Amino acid sequence: MLVVNDAPTTLDLEPRVSLLDALREHLHLTGTKKGCNQGACGACTVLVDGRRVLACLTLAMQVEGREVTTIEGVGPHPLQAAFVRRDGLQCGYCTPGQICSAIGMVAEHRHGAASVVTDDVTTTPDLTPEEIRERMSGNLCRCGAYNGIVEAIVDTAPAMAEMAPALTPVPA
Amino acid sequence: MIPVQFDYLAPESVEDALAALAEAGDDAKIMAGGQSLLPVLRLRLNSPEKVIDLSRIPGLRGISEEGDTIVIGAMTTHSDVVESELVGQHALLLQKTVAEVADPQIRHRGTLGGALVHADPAGDIGAAALALDAEFVIVGPGGATRTVPASEFFVDLFETAVQEGELLTQVRIPKHTGWGARYEKFVRVAHQWAIVAVAATVKMEGGTITEARIGLTNMGSIPLRATSVEAALLGQPATEEAVKAASATAADGTNPPSDLNGDSDYRKHLAGVLTRRAVLAAAGS
Repeated sequence: MLVVNDAPTTLDLEPRVSLLDALREHLHLTGTKKGCNQGACGACTVLVDGRRVLACLTLAMQVEGREVTTIEGVGPHPLQAAFVRRDGLQCGYCTPGQICSAIGMVAEHRHGAASVVTDDVTTTPDLTPEEIRERMSGNLCRCGAYNGIVEAIVDTAPAMAEMAPALTPVPA
Repeated sequence: MIPVQFDYLAPESVEDALAALAEAGDDAKIMAGGQSLLPVLRLRLNSPEKVIDLSRIPGLRGISEEGDTIVIGAMTTHSDVVESELVGQHALLLQKTVAEVADPQIRHRGTLGGALVHADPAGDIGAAALALDAEFVIVGPGGATRTVPASEFFVDLFETAVQEGELLTQVRIPKHTGWGARYEKFVRVAHQWAIVAVAATVKMEGGTITEARIGLTNMGSIPLRATSVEAALLGQPATEEAVKAASATAADGTNPPSDLNGDSDYRKHLAGVLTRRAVLAAAGS
């Protein structure tokens, strides 16, 4: 049993089925895309308990009892409108992963996560375009719409921060 | 591709995990975060009959302090390490290094222990663990516990001191409070494996380097310490000239691989350049 986009869901699967295949082939939530299927491209990014993960590198068995959010569960979202306004896509294949990733990224930033762009990793810097590029580095766009993607995130970051859920702190 | 069929076990205690491992023997693979294991299974480079997932064992994830030591559970995720104030304060090199592992999505699932036991020679964390004199707590059949220093933990390509039937449960890091640190990673794109990387941490007193630890990534089949550079840096001012001179021997005694990213000589050259940059940055931080 897991929760997908707020709906309690029971699945009976072979252990080898990835979360990505469970979503696409068994729950028919085809918004989450299969790009490389080996953890390099970010097209399959979904949120598990508010954190970004790669659905292709997660077994469905591993999210037993967890909350999974896919692109179907986030829309309509102001970031989607901003992607259209700022030309943040061309073919659109990476877009669901980009949107889920950006939502998770803003929540992590609000939670206080540092990045390697900031030399002092003990402080949380503002979400400048440079910070956004580093923090979104797990999501490739082969059409090269990066400038539009960054602009869309800059436009929407304050609204997303207000919507962001609190993340669980590190256990002691 | 789709992995070969396997049974999935999710034990809820270290004892149960050890028992499952003892029963399955060669036919089982341990899964920590799965970020390296799942691609391996999908490419069918390995086809275990059982996958033993450690993520349901309470107590294996978390960061605490015991006197002069930071204790990190083997199943602590990379993002836990990056977000930890304790690690930032007492093991800055580890925090800066882990922040460079892959990308944010992978850092949410990948674990410190999993990456260290996987022991990919291009993996980032080994060099920092070595430089910080980490100790590894390994539990074996019947609960027998032993502690292995970093200098003996890495054995060869994808091989560590963790033997068949054993589990890594903790990484213990002596506090390096107040030491500056830098992980200088040379890559083509942001989340790639390091072509070469240097983990440097130094202790400064009034502009002089009083202690230095340098770890090298991907300069051989295991992470290496640049001990000659560490010795040459002692008592030196943190100036470009002095650090450059001390860094000249960074590649001494190493045998780095040649591949499409660069040949062995190129990696040896990079080791010197990256050591200079890492030490200068660490001295200034």
